[in-house]
Amino acid sequence: MMYLKSAYEIRDKYLRKDMLPTIFCPGCGIGSVLQFTLRAIDDLGLNQDEIVWVSGIGCSSRVPGFVNFDGLHTTHGRALAFATGIKLTNPNLKIIAFMGDGDTAAIGGNHFIHAIRRNLDVTVILINNFTYGMTGGQVAPTTLKGLRGTTAPYGQFENPFDIAGLAVAAGANYVARWTVFNYLQGINSIKKALSKEGFTLVEFLSPCPVSFGRRNRMKTAPELIRWYQKITVPLAKAKKMPPEELEGKIVIGEFVDRDRPGLVREYQEYIKRAKRMMGWEQ
Amino acid sequence: MIIRGDEPEQIKLLRKLYKPGNYFMQGNEAVAYGALFAGCRFYAGYPITPSSEIAETMARELPKLGGYYLQMEDEIGSIAAMIGASWTGFKVMTATAGPGFSLMQENLGYAVMTETPLVLVDVQRSGPSTGQATKGAQGDFFQARWGTHGDHPIVAVSPTSGQDAFWEIIRAFNIAERLRTPVVFLFDGILAHTRELVKIPDVDEVKITYRKLPQNEEEAKLPFGDPHGDGVPPMPLFGHGYFTHVTGSTHKENGLRDVYTPEVHDRLVRRIHRKIEQNRHVYEKYEEHFTDDAEILVVSWGVTARPALGAVLKARREGIKVGLFVPKTVHPFPGERMRELGKRVRAVLVPEMNLGQMILEVQRFVNDDVLLKGVNKIGGVPLTVEEILREIRGVA
Repeated sequence: MMYLKSAYEIRDKYLRKDMLPTIFCPGCGIGSVLQFTLRAIDDLGLNQDEIVWVSGIGCSSRVPGFVNFDGLHTTHGRALAFATGIKLTNPNLKIIAFMGDGDTAAIGGNHFIHAIRRNLDVTVILINNFTYGMTGGQVAPTTLKGLRGTTAPYGQFENPFDIAGLAVAAGANYVARWTVFNYLQGINSIKKALSKEGFTLVEFLSPCPVSFGRRNRMKTAPELIRWYQKITVPLAKAKKMPPEELEGKIVIGEFVDRDRPGLVREYQEYIKRAKRMMGWEQ
Repeated sequence: MIIRGDEPEQIKLLRKLYKPGNYFMQGNEAVAYGALFAGCRFYAGYPITPSSEIAETMARELPKLGGYYLQMEDEIGSIAAMIGASWTGFKVMTATAGPGFSLMQENLGYAVMTETPLVLVDVQRSGPSTGQATKGAQGDFFQARWGTHGDHPIVAVSPTSGQDAFWEIIRAFNIAERLRTPVVFLFDGILAHTRELVKIPDVDEVKITYRKLPQNEEEAKLPFGDPHGDGVPPMPLFGHGYFTHVTGSTHKENGLRDVYTPEVHDRLVRRIHRKIEQNRHVYEKYEEHFTDDAEILVVSWGVTARPALGAVLKARREGIKVGLFVPKTVHPFPGERMRELGKRVRAVLVPEMNLGQMILEVQRFVNDDVLLKGVNKIGGVPLTVEEILREIRGVA
């Protein structure tokens, strides 16, 4: 259950008024995901003073600049490495990493899989728009085969990454994927992610009509959303489908929900072990 | 939550773990112990020769002090994690060598722009590229100065022995904290692996500094302002309810991004430069030997300052009026003192383990009528007293 506050209430409480309007283009999905995240925080009653937003570079990475929280807007792909230092030295802080698909899976790929391997206590909100929006629509490691970008004008010829799948394989505690029009599922997933220990990821397929859609005969957000409806398959249904039918589809839903100990707890145990081995403690 | 090196509990632990006295230890170990005395309680790194013993010592000692050691996935992640930890209030360090130092340049620039205190140890090895991984060199002099892109100031400290490294790393931390800036510690593979006498002092003999914290709400809301006129803004830490925004993009005094107003960028970058320039007294340090009556001046730094001193002593015995000038803070270069000394001599020799780097800084401050000559050696073997002495005799 959640109490639906008006968007104005959420805006006034959590956004930096002097940084508005945002840079997001018409039809962009980042604003919606930002709203889901703020509603999740509000609904959980989390303390605004104890959350740090981190990000790298890209459209979605500009979000920490718009919100009334401590924020670290860092270098391209490195957000999770910065987050590691913050979280470990101040475990009271909850870390939200707002990242894009290029930021996460290309330049930040190594930091991403290692943050998951360590089970760093962080919630990643991932905006996947299949493109590099800020630099003008180049292909990304998520661009589906055959789709166009300015740097693959004849259609992408490489295979795309399934970021959620990668996170599951690397050992994340919670992984879900939705599209921006899965409003309730999205908010609920973020709430769950924020409540858990260890690495949690909520990926959103998010429309970018200006840089991505325009080059792929989907000039508006509604066209992109209809396309998402066509290509996405809910997890329960996907389980019953033969692999050849799933070809070119993107599965949405909750992929994993487990409780492995997070990095903070592991490190605290490690310090205790060190003290035991020194003979200082029993 | 922050573990400070000057807390009573920590002082007790330091005394218990590291008894004052003489030890036979590696330069790398001296750096690590110095860092612990300086209050460093967070280390993130990636193994690389010839720096790895620093990581190993920190990994062994930090948990005993309740501190944090993290082995990251690469050097980029290491410096990133350090910067994150610095914003929660920790004194942070990493150690690396040439190839890792190259990878760290990206976030070293971020630390300059966001005014994040940290100490980055570069155990210089023979390059370019992988070069001679196990051999020492002094080829990163200008990488330390200009390795990251854009206009930026940098402070770099370079010690001349294991004992010196112990004290100089403490000084590096104090500079970083006092000026809210990254400090590069230019060590080298030879000093790093040399075992020699290092005296560990009592904790009380070590004076350590911590960064300025905001004293009121107003200061906290201007994390990139200049409320005290010294160019150094107080640093609000994460988790204190100030909603501090930190970005490597051009930002206003309140931390919020503004990349469109030319004046904002001009004001920010000039203030960061002024912060370093106007606080020379915080970091400027050099050593002089026999410079009073010198007609020939040897200018050297780091490991090469040792054979240089040997050569100067021998030449003096031969009656040659030669002196030695050793910048200990190599960036910003002690130019004013160099200019004064340069006016009084007829020849300047600059021995270093590279093909001529510090000599270019010296050149900026020495008149054209002074004979200026580099004494350069590469290949991983240090310059000897004899090699430098020969050059001194040559200009005597």
